[in-house]
Amino acid sequence: MKLSNLVRSSSFRLALIYLALFASSVLILLAFIYWSTVTFTANQMDETIQSDVTGLSEQYRLRGVNGVIASIGDRLQRDPDSSSVYLLTTPDFIPMTGNLSSWPKVKTTTQGWLNFQFKDPRSSRDFYARARPFVLQGGFNLLVGRDTRDLNEIQQLLKRAILWGLLITLGLGLLGAGIMSRSIMSRIELINQNSRDIIAGNLSQRIPLSGGNDDIDQLAKNLNHMLDEIERLMDGIRQVSDNIAHDLRTPLTRMRNRLEQLQTNFKINSPEFNAAQDSMNDADQLLKIFAALLRIARIEAGGHPVNFSSVNLNGLVTDAVELYEALAEDNEIEIILKKNDEAIIEGDRDFLFQALINLLDNAIKYTPTKGKITIFLEKNQQYIELMITDTGPGIPEKEYKNIGQRFYRLEASRGMPGSGLGLSLVNAVVHLHKGTLLFAGNNPGLITQLRFDQKIEKL
Amino acid sequence: MRLLIIEDDLEVASYLIKGLRENGNVVEHANDGKDGLFLASTENYDAIIVDRMLPKIDGLNIIKSIRAIGKLTPVMVLSALGEVNDRVEGLRAGGDDYLTKPFAFSELLARLDAIIRRASRPSTSVTLLRVADLELNLLNHIACRSGKTIELQPREFSLLEYLMNHANQIVTRTMLLEQVWDYHFDPQTNVIDVHISRLRNKIDKDFKQPLLHTVRGAGYMMREPADETE
Repeated sequence: MKLSNLVRSSSFRLALIYLALFASSVLILLAFIYWSTVTFTANQMDETIQSDVTGLSEQYRLRGVNGVIASIGDRLQRDPDSSSVYLLTTPDFIPMTGNLSSWPKVKTTTQGWLNFQFKDPRSSRDFYARARPFVLQGGFNLLVGRDTRDLNEIQQLLKRAILWGLLITLGLGLLGAGIMSRSIMSRIELINQNSRDIIAGNLSQRIPLSGGNDDIDQLAKNLNHMLDEIERLMDGIRQVSDNIAHDLRTPLTRMRNRLEQLQTNFKINSPEFNAAQDSMNDADQLLKIFAALLRIARIEAGGHPVNFSSVNLNGLVTDAVELYEALAEDNEIEIILKKNDEAIIEGDRDFLFQALINLLDNAIKYTPTKGKITIFLEKNQQYIELMITDTGPGIPEKEYKNIGQRFYRLEASRGMPGSGLGLSLVNAVVHLHKGTLLFAGNNPGLITQLRFDQKIEKL
Repeated sequence: MRLLIIEDDLEVASYLIKGLRENGNVVEHANDGKDGLFLASTENYDAIIVDRMLPKIDGLNIIKSIRAIGKLTPVMVLSALGEVNDRVEGLRAGGDDYLTKPFAFSELLARLDAIIRRASRPSTSVTLLRVADLELNLLNHIACRSGKTIELQPREFSLLEYLMNHANQIVTRTMLLEQVWDYHFDPQTNVIDVHISRLRNKIDKDFKQPLLHTVRGAGYMMREPADETE
């Protein structure tokens, strides 16, 4: 199975749409988790700072400025690595104590917070911090905060987790979509493959079921039912045409036989004898047309691949030319076998020969004396081409599409013998062998071209 | 000749019986497949003519049944089904020849003659065919008449061989197409006639007695000239 086919399959597209929806919901969910975690930790930090501020202002109330200084020094000393940030300044912002060298030069937010960057004097590294400024009763400015290292780390961690989660979701989803559509596609492909075989003429074939009785099995079952019905109808048609063949030919046989019997009563070449002979010829002609019609119908109904075998097209051409050469010579027409490549096709030998004969017959019928009929059989990589060219009156271009129809005859050739079924049969035979029948002008004359694709041969 | 006709169409049957009796045969008739199979398997006939579509037992099954019990009686199948695969089916079932309805009586007679002779002919290989003063050597493919060598094309040779093999029998155009050209098809023009007239030019033109005759409404016959009573 080709990757491009997989990507184009409807199940894969459906899976992709579902994957996109699923990925968006995962994204929303993770984003919510991220947002609530970050807000929660931030709020917690803010509360800690707030209670710190409350504690220190309590100290100030009880013990004055010195109490606050002592308390700050005490806290910093007790826990030198803590993330706490303290600064106490005079009303003029001159630092008195704390681990900040100066009051940060940023504006307070509307909620009264300061977010700033500072250099840790001990590690001389940059930190981001969040702090609460507070003015004590004596005009002293107090700044209590925490650096946001941990908070940032949590944020980074969460972001990474979300990214990876999303990537894994997408990856697994894509893989799942591939596997799922592959399995669906292989079952649909099975139906397709069988359908193609059936279209090609093997009407007795059925689509195999997986046995699970799922929706695809239901579809296959319905298709099989449909095929049963079609086959039944086609058998019916065949039956009817067989019966017509039997029922119409039998009375015609009787008529012909009676004429034959009648004829024995007359002297040879007496008017009665000749009339009986003419009537017999007419009956024969009628039956011939009837047989040809039935044969065309049979060929068109889809061949009997049972009768197909490897046919040497060049052998048929040689035999046909040999058969017709004498007749052509009598009519002073030259048959030239220009090229006769070895070409083997899968086909029905008698049908192909009949088609060839009909074409040669036509060519001889319409080519005037001293004319030429050229036959050209070529095989190349892509196709086998048989071309029969005559120097007769040709056919107007607008009639090309009509001349394969049953009983269709050009006005100009109404007077000629024939039934207008010859080319219909050629058409049907060419169609049966999955070839194409083309006409072209030869100025003067007609070029008839039969082309069989080589790919068909390999099937 | 003792012949059996198995045919449910009474009109065709009576016509066949009448025609075959006029030609000097003893003819028996069965109306359906069951009676036909009974007669065919218990009696000895020179040939059996059987219709394909029969009540009770199908024509092809009759042939299969009598072949199964070892009867080699030549069988001619008659049928309205004339497609090549119907024909092949008929021959595969054990029929010796297959004739599509409607047929000319002369065609039936010619073919019947051919299958009966084929069955009775000893299978020793013949190397020289002779009709009157015309000789055909099958080994070196040389034909000569009254000692004079006649040049023949390969197809003319097989045509002459077939005609001489069936000397004194009517040979129809379809038989020639099937046997000499080995194709089942329906020529729109009488191509066979042209080939016959060419052959005739070679073997008959320079001689007083013609050997290859046209039988009106039937076909051709290679025949020794009747006693010289001109």
